[in-house]
Formats: sequence, C-alpha cells, structure tokens
Amino acid sequence: MNVTAPLIEVEKLEAWYGRRRILNGVDFAVNPGEIRVIMGGSGSGKSTLLRHLLGLHKPRSGTVRLLGVDIARASERQMLDVRRQIGVSFQGGALLTSLSVGDNVALPLREHTNLDEATIRIMSRLKLEVVNLGGFQDLMPAQLSGGMIKRTALARAIAMDPKLLFFDEPSAGLDPVVSAELDELILRLRDALRMTIVVVTHELESAFKIADTITVLDQGDILMTGTVDAVRHSDNERIQDLLNRRPREIQVDADAYLKRLTEEAA
Amino acid sequence: MTSLTRPLESLGRATIGSLAGMGYAAVLLGESLYFSVAGWRIGQPLRPRAVAEQMRQIGVDALPIVVLLALTIGIMLGIQFIAALSAFGAQSQVVVAVAKSVTREFGALITAILVAGRSGSALAARIGSMSVSQEVDALATMGIEPVRYLAAPALLAMLVMLPALTIFADAVAIGGAALYSSPALNITPSAYVMQTLSLLEPGDVWQGIAKSAVFAVLITLIGVSTGFSVAGGAEGVGRATTRAVVLSICWIIVVDMIFSYFLNR
Repeated sequence: MNVTAPLIEVEKLEAWYGRRRILNGVDFAVNPGEIRVIMGGSGSGKSTLLRHLLGLHKPRSGTVRLLGVDIARASERQMLDVRRQIGVSFQGGALLTSLSVGDNVALPLREHTNLDEATIRIMSRLKLEVVNLGGFQDLMPAQLSGGMIKRTALARAIAMDPKLLFFDEPSAGLDPVVSAELDELILRLRDALRMTIVVVTHELESAFKIADTITVLDQGDILMTGTVDAVRHSDNERIQDLLNRRPREIQVDADAYLKRLTEEAA
Repeated sequence: MTSLTRPLESLGRATIGSLAGMGYAAVLLGESLYFSVAGWRIGQPLRPRAVAEQMRQIGVDALPIVVLLALTIGIMLGIQFIAALSAFGAQSQVVVAVAKSVTREFGALITAILVAGRSGSALAARIGSMSVSQEVDALATMGIEPVRYLAAPALLAMLVMLPALTIFADAVAIGGAALYSSPALNITPSAYVMQTLSLLEPGDVWQGIAKSAVFAVLITLIGVSTGFSVAGGAEGVGRATTRAVVLSICWIIVVDMIFSYFLNR
C-alpha cells in the first residue's frame, strides 16, 4: 500500500434498518495522519456509519475498505489483521466490568501477542500513563468516574499502537473541563503516536478544536466534507442550523401525516 | 377479518421467531465447536484458563447445593418407594427401584435443572449486560471473537461439569436413600450400597450421563443465545435471564422424556 492511499475508503454505502434507509449511498475517505470528525445531529446516521466502519455491520450495498481491505470480502484472518491495527473507544467506555482497569488495557496484548506477563504489565501501565491514569490499574471499572472510564477505554484502544483510532462521542456526559482535557489528549495522540483518528461527535466546540477535516452527516447524506473553516463558513442551510443550534423547520406533508395516524400496522 | 388474521399473524410471528432462535443456537454451537477445535489456527485460541474458570463457576461452586438436593431427593425416593412397595410386600425391591430411577432419571434431571437455574441464567445475564453496554462490540473490534471468548469456554466447561455433577448427584442420592431405607429394610447402609452396586448395570449410569451431556448443550446454548440477543437495556437483561431459565427447564424436561422413550424401548 502506498503512503498516500486513504486508510478508510467508503463507496456508495447504503444501510437499512428494516424498511428504513439510514445511509443513502455515502462516499467517504480518510487519509493517513488526519483527524476526521464526523458530525451530525441525532438520527443523522453517524452511529450507523461508525458501526459499518468498524466492521460490526456488513454493508447491504456499497463497499467499506479499511486499511485497503474490503471488509465484506475479507477472510477471518484478514479481518483479524485489520482489527489488530485499529483501536476503538466506545461511547460508554465498554470496559469489561469483570476485569480490573489494568487487565482491560492488557486484554488486547494478552490475546494478540506472545509477550511475557512482565512486558504486558509494563506496556499496559505505560498506556495508562499516557492517558494520565498511572497507578489506577488495580481499580475495577465500577469504581471509576465517567472521565476516567473514557480515558481507560482510550488506553485500551491504543494498547496495540493502532494505525487507526475511532472515538465515539468523546465528550458525551462529561463536564467541560474533562472533555477539554480529552480533546487535548486526542491531539497529543496524533502528534506523538502519528495515529489517524476518526471522532464521531455532536459537540461543536470539541469538533472545531480537534478536527483537521469535518464530515457533516444529515439524514443519511453527507452534506459536506471540508476543513474547519470551510464548514464554519458553509452557506448550506442545514449546516448553519446545526452550527447555530436552530431547530429544524419540519414541513408537514398532510397525506403522510394522516396515513401515519390511521395506519394499523406500522 | 382482522379478528381472524391477527391471531394467525401472531402465531406465524412466534413460529418464525422460535425457528430463528433455534437456527441461531445451532450456529452458536457450530462456531463454539469450531473455535474450540481449530480456533488457534486462525488466531482465536480457546484459553484453558477461561475454561477452567467456567468449570469452577459451573461445577465446583454448585457442589454444595447439588449435594443438598441430591441427598433430599434420595431420601424422598426412599420414603416413597418403601411406602408404595410395602403395600405389595415388596420392600426388597426398594434398592433396585431407587438405584435405577436415580441413575437413569433423577440424578441427571435434578442436576440439570439446578445448573440451568444457577449457570444458564448467569450466562444470559452476563452476556446480556455485556451486549447492552457494548462490551460485546468492543471485544469484536479488538479482534476477539465474542463467541470464542464468551460462549466456547462455557460450552466446554458445561460439557465436562454437568456429567461430572450428575455422577456425583447419583452417588449422593443413593447414599441418601441408603440412610433412610436401610433401617426399614433391616440392613446396614453399607450393605444397601453394596446391593445397589451389584444391581446397577453400566447402561443405567450411561443413560444418565448421556442425557446430562445433551442437557449441557441445551443450557449453554439457550443461555448464551438469549444473552447475545438482548435488546432494550436493563429490563431486557432481566427478561432474557428469566427466559433463559424457563426455556432451559422446559427443553430439559421435554428432551428427557424423548430420550427416556427411545432409550427404554
């Protein structure tokens, strides 16, 4: 793979939940070394897009290529190789509650490497130091605060030194100071470890602070992909609604409205 | 018209739902066995430590309650058989009646129902709450197959521990029956046990063990599949747990009856 090839390539991706279409043929690419923020309101399809990028859903139509591998056609072996090179920090942390903080961070190392226990311990503590949680390895996830959970999840996500890091809603449910600290941490990770980072968020402030480029998603379509300034000065009405926290103007279709009210089986 | 089609529709939905559930359980069984045998070749090795931990939780931790229940069942069978058989003056047949009914039927059945309540529900609750909090997704994105990490160790542990617990329950139940019945039969408990051993055939014990292996697969698959299909937060986890126990016990009893029929023709 040459150096400039995008790490993520999505072409004409469609996603459905039952009869409802969530993504309408999305095209999307992320280049090495950039921090891409996927922004959009609730129900815009950004979580669905993320789940496809992570290979948790197989696309119904269209292709998703991660690190050059088409995830719909990859063998289990190829998929495993891809997954060893990506790290994911989930919205709620998704730490294994039965394992201590240290064991959570060490889990990918234990499962995918043949390193001895002492090395794994040192490496997992190093990652905890990176996220400013040095010395917390013996606590259980239930004993952590919201910010600490997110930072532990981040430490686990970077345990294998991934090329590509996904971060779902880094600042959701955190106070402004803690979420600002997390933003700093994300920037530092990119600079220090040269990771390519994809962040999904609806927090404008944090998006503008960390993003190199922003993709704005709305109702299953990509409205635009561009630099922070380009997005800020976009003349697209929906983007300005999102930036200025204006409520959507919903146009009522009388026939559809009546049908929804009277229809028996949804 | 709708009053006619609505029940039919819900019947159809329920049928499709349960068929889908069985299909899913079959896939889980296949995948678990595949990972157990060949997982190391594709970088998904089954960890002996995880299996041992499951064996402790499913088997060793259940020992006290298995002993208590098996002992009680043994005494109860002793009481019933002495009461029923003495009406015909056939007390001497108590030993063989207890021995055969415990090894062929009650040992396996009681152990399986107990383990379904203890470990089947625990599997459903654990995997269910992990699905809800995205821990299962996290495992998958880390390149750790959830089936390999969560289901396969439980299946192997259950397949070893449920037959082992069954043999143990057989012995304790017969011991319980001996304690109660030997005074009534004017023999010593050790004579009772010796008599039991001379009357039992290997086939009797094997019947119970074979059943318990099938029950082990049932309990694990139902627990794991309801756990993985949890939707709807904490309430969903609760419902899945209940469902896992009820379904397991129903299946255990039905399958037990079918097995008894075919094994005793």
